[in-house]
Amino acid sequence: MTFKRTLEKLEILADAAKYDVSCSSSGSNRQNKSKGLGDASSSGICHSYTEDGRCVSLLKILLTNYCIFDCAYCVTRKSNDVQRAAFKVEEVVDLTMNFYRRNYIEGLFLSSGIFKSADYTMERLVAVAKKLRLEHNFNGYIHLKSIPGASDELMREAGLYADRLSVNIEIPTENGLKLLAPDKNRADFIKPMQKVKDEIIQYKSEKKQIKSTPIYAPAGQSTQMIIGASGENDFQIMQTSNYFYKNFNLKRVYYSGYVPISYDSRLPQIGSQVPMLRENRLYQTDWLMRFYGFDVNEILNPLHQNLDLDIDPKLGWALRNLHEFPIDVNKASKRMLARIPGVGMQSVHKIIQARQYRLLNWEHLKKIGIAYNRAKYFIVCNSNQFEKRDLTADKIKGLILQNSKSKYTNMLSNQLSLF
Amino acid sequence: MLEAKHFYYDATFEGLLTAVFKVFEYKLSTVILSKSTAAQEHLFLEAETVITDLEQSSRVWDGLCKKLSKNGTQMLYHVFLSEIEYSDQLILEFCIAIFQGKAIEFDVAHPITSQLLKIKKKVSRERHRMTAFVRFRLTKDHIYFASIEPDFNVLPLISSHFKKRYADQEWLIYDVKRHYGISYNLKEVSVVDFEFHNQLDVFKTSTDFFALEEIEFQTLWQSYFKSVTIASRKNLKLHTQHVPKRYWKYLSEKQQ
Repeated sequence: MTFKRTLEKLEILADAAKYDVSCSSSGSNRQNKSKGLGDASSSGICHSYTEDGRCVSLLKILLTNYCIFDCAYCVTRKSNDVQRAAFKVEEVVDLTMNFYRRNYIEGLFLSSGIFKSADYTMERLVAVAKKLRLEHNFNGYIHLKSIPGASDELMREAGLYADRLSVNIEIPTENGLKLLAPDKNRADFIKPMQKVKDEIIQYKSEKKQIKSTPIYAPAGQSTQMIIGASGENDFQIMQTSNYFYKNFNLKRVYYSGYVPISYDSRLPQIGSQVPMLRENRLYQTDWLMRFYGFDVNEILNPLHQNLDLDIDPKLGWALRNLHEFPIDVNKASKRMLARIPGVGMQSVHKIIQARQYRLLNWEHLKKIGIAYNRAKYFIVCNSNQFEKRDLTADKIKGLILQNSKSKYTNMLSNQLSLF
Repeated sequence: MLEAKHFYYDATFEGLLTAVFKVFEYKLSTVILSKSTAAQEHLFLEAETVITDLEQSSRVWDGLCKKLSKNGTQMLYHVFLSEIEYSDQLILEFCIAIFQGKAIEFDVAHPITSQLLKIKKKVSRERHRMTAFVRFRLTKDHIYFASIEPDFNVLPLISSHFKKRYADQEWLIYDVKRHYGISYNLKEVSVVDFEFHNQLDVFKTSTDFFALEEIEFQTLWQSYFKSVTIASRKNLKLHTQHVPKRYWKYLSEKQQ
């Protein structure tokens, strides 16, 4: 390959792929086969971080940024005046192999603009993965985009070579989608997702009977939603997210703060701020749902349709439910420990382990690593010091904010001044 | 009668385990442990040099394997590789407590256990970083070469990771700080001891030693790294938190 041309294409097609935030390389159990190249580490590895602080773990590129669609939020939309380029299958394979050999990456994340038709595009993506697996004995991580509208047959093949498949639903509600991407419909996104889900279930059950059954998309499926492009509130976003987790067994839903890229009047204008803090609060909510045993309705419901920006969602929930506190850390169940603001799952496990040996006091809890400033209002432990005043929720919130410095202070004052 | 002693050992893990054995052989109550390189007399204690005995050390290790979980024994080895002052003393005291039948492994609020866990965490983090930050460069002899300078002696901990992953290429990872490396010849990993010529900057990719395509792939990688940054989300504080500056010298994407 000619080095200069490849360099040009890489610049264009990496730039176009960067708005896809998923860069996870975890959850696969693919092992090195017959002394080939690569081994998908199950914990995932971030090999570097961009200057905006996001993990770089995969070579994330588009096969091409030619596209027949004209979705308003997308930088590669048909009507946008940008440089276009397309990789040959061989070029992507060569880049992946050589980057991997140098320990730059965990593998490949291949997406694409849609050229000609959904199937034509999906076929090319599958061809890259197939070549890497079969001709080069590559056992690193491969994440392929499922192209909305691709045929079942192609989706089945894709899962045989890829570790993860994903379709980005991008817009959280159907109305938003109609407005911003009139030539797409929700059903097209859901079809390949459904197919992959069914195949995963089927392959897994066959594998139980027949050991030699090939692995199928071992790292599962994910999707992404753009935040702040189409006016949805947090309640709608998390309802959608919950729906996809529950119905399609997704491994992850990603939330991507909208980065303005056009002067389209339907969208936030260029220069307006990326809602990074809101994005962060949504991720925290997502974690509460998946790891902390919260039901989404406890945090967001018709009465509380938006998350607080100045405090985290768990603290927000606790302040609305003061009747559940204080919690005695030496007696409480795992479920209740996980609900204390300022106590993460790691601390929960440590508390449960440590309290088998002695009654825990504040010193122990600090050593274990809880966020004392937040947690102290909600806990009693083996100490006669605890919050004895009957404080109101507003008062507690005030005290916590007063005594802590958020890394978001600057962002917060900026974002709040918008209202 | 129980007595106290000051042990010198040869700074190997086996030496440390032998010291544990001696504690019980001599029925000692208090032991101060020092590396024989750091000769430091202790005023009131009788000094003795522990001669590493592989039979005794493996008996101690087997005993630990029986009494501790896999994580527990792994923790001890990790802490040993930290090379942090007094970490060997902590390991010794932990082992003594374990053999005395005190179940402190999961007592995370116990003063010794909590210190060990803290060090273990640091070493694990460094181990993980090295699986991420090693950057191989292809030499003219077709060996993928990487030089690193980790905070702790983690080469023994990453060797199996690289062996599994890069099974079809010859590679060498060199620890510049500790003057040794691990190398893979398509069959097995071995430890290699050598020093580079003083004049040679091992972090520089000179065309005298490295393949021509190496420079091209570094350029491609650097340009990729630039292209994926979203300018409107720039956050250099977060960036350096994830990639501390002391590692930049061996990251290809950070070379100009």
